Amino acid sequence: MAEFIHSVMLDVDRCTGCTNCVKRCPTEAIRIREGKASIESRRCIDCGECIRVCPQKAKSASYDRLEEIEHYRWKVALPAPALYGQFDNLESVDRVLNGLLLCGFDDVAEVSRSAEFVTEYTRCYLRRPDIVKPVISSACPVVSRLISVRFASLCPNILPILSPVEYAARKARRKALNEHPDLRDDEIGIFFISPCPAKVSYARQPIGVEKSAITGVLSIRELYFRLVGTMKQVAVPKPLRRSGRIGLNWASSGGEASALYNSKYLAADGIENVIKVLEEIENENLSELEFVELNACPGGCVGGCLTVENPYIARVHHLRRSMTVAQTGISPEQERDIPRQYLWERPLTESSVLKLDDDMDQALKKLAEIKRLGQSLPGLDCGACGAPSCHALAEDIVQGKAHETDCIFVMREKIREIYRTVSQLTGREQEGGTKP
Amino acid sequence: MTLHYDIDGENFQTAGEASANVKKVLRQLGISTDIIRRVAIAMYEGEINMVIHANGGVADVAITPDRIEMTLEDSGNGIPDIALAMQEGYSTAPENVHELGFGAGMGLPNMKKYTDEMKIESTVGVGTKVFMAVNLK
Ligand SMILES: Nc1ncnc2c1ncn2[C@@H]1O[C@H](COP(=O)(O)OP(=O)(O)OP(=O)(O)O)[C@@H](O)[C@H]1O
Ligand code: SF4
Ligand SMILES: [Mg+2]
Repeated sequence: MAEFIHSVMLDVDRCTGCTNCVKRCPTEAIRIREGKASIESRRCIDCGECIRVCPQKAKSASYDRLEEIEHYRWKVALPAPALYGQFDNLESVDRVLNGLLLCGFDDVAEVSRSAEFVTEYTRCYLRRPDIVKPVISSACPVVSRLISVRFASLCPNILPILSPVEYAARKARRKALNEHPDLRDDEIGIFFISPCPAKVSYARQPIGVEKSAITGVLSIRELYFRLVGTMKQVAVPKPLRRSGRIGLNWASSGGEASALYNSKYLAADGIENVIKVLEEIENENLSELEFVELNACPGGCVGGCLTVENPYIARVHHLRRSMTVAQTGISPEQERDIPRQYLWERPLTESSVLKLDDDMDQALKKLAEIKRLGQSLPGLDCGACGAPSCHALAEDIVQGKAHETDCIFVMREKIREIYRTVSQLTGREQEGGTKP
Repeated sequence: MTLHYDIDGENFQTAGEASANVKKVLRQLGISTDIIRRVAIAMYEGEINMVIHANGGVADVAITPDRIEMTLEDSGNGIPDIALAMQEGYSTAPENVHELGFGAGMGLPNMKKYTDEMKIESTVGVGTKVFMAVNLK
């Protein structure tokens, strides 16, 4: 299997090996090796929890720089719905869109507009008779990856419709090619202005599609000050906005689900709540629901770790009031089924990373060994060994990734033993030496 | 391979932990998601029943390459009429439990539906023992 590329980076000099991130990681992907945090890439789901929790600010997300866009003849910005909530007293979305053009982009395509189409098609999808419910939103890539790693039985529940950003990227690319026939595909740069590192990884390793139409991913946080500047330069913004309230609401938890006009929904945010809800769905405890919206970040995408504003402050109430509900122009009767090009090309599948061995007999043996080892460890889950728990250390030992003596308690016992043997030996020698 | 769990009858918050753990173990063994789902639901329902109706108990899970066996045992009040309890919709769950989403009387029927074998032994005033098995081959 190809190695996953992730977007979380470690500043080795800053990392003190404190284990805060190790304990917080929802897939137990982080260990301290030789005093520094290291991520097992196949397990990482790009949730950004380690970035949020690190007291040393040693973890950060990698993303593309604004200069990157200069490599392309035609540059399109895809602002995330969460971008609008970052500015105090924003009077119109158009100001942001015009500001983006002044940052060097040739065109803008609002992801919030695509979100409204995805909403329409999700309504169509929910009317299909043969689907597995509750349908789980596929917009947050962290949730999709989490399902494939930890909740694989829910793969069929995932909504197989392009995420708003992929939808927007494909449309933007097609539009550029149509309007500018002289452009080659590789001369077009489609850049998402992202609230989270998960979308950075998504663009490189998309879910549901073979290849993403996104060229690069910029961070809201990095672009922010530049954008605040260009937005001020805009005297009278050109009317560019083509989305309504529904699209904007996608930025916050509940926005996607409530737009479906179907009261049998649930929306949860924050990785711990997401895990609880997935657990409940697997136990068939929420089978009365039709749709479940899950966002890994607290508060929804506005809580992504590449944003500027606190998610509970990033609100766009005053903006919404002056806007239409949606601008897709699709009426429910008009759109009977979902055009193929907006559906996923391949289903979500189970990731085998948690499997101990391909052979079940071997896996059973390893499991027994883990259990035995686990019982011999102190059970304090102190983290000093670099693993999140004693059980995780036992797993690592059996998988050949760690040693029993990584546990300081086992080590202390071993040293005591050595000390005892040595003192016994030297004692005997002394006896021998004093013999007349 | 055997796994043992003590199921705390006082705590609704931790109910479901045993089945979640069994699920994790089965995934580590590379068992198919369909089987994992069936085992997890059956185990979860059994676990919840012990918490709601019997003030907790113990669960033992035995895994071999051929099958997964779950034995849940409690010393609760017992089930006076097992055939009645097995009927869909039959429930003696108190009102406060309904608020938590339990008490539809679907637990036992689901346990039967998702397993290949199920046996209940129960004596009023002594306790209940539920045995369930899911075949892997
Ligand atoms: N371990 C047990 N000890 C005592 N009584 C039990 C036990 N398990 C089940 N029962 C009895 O059998 C009834 C039916 O159980 P079942 O699991 O089917 O439904 P429920 O637990 O009441 O509701 P649901 O499982 O749908 O939340 C219970 O209401 C209870 O009276
Ligand atoms: S939280 Fe993780 S990355 Fe940050 S200092 Fe501690 S061990 Fe290092
Ligand atoms: Mg029950």
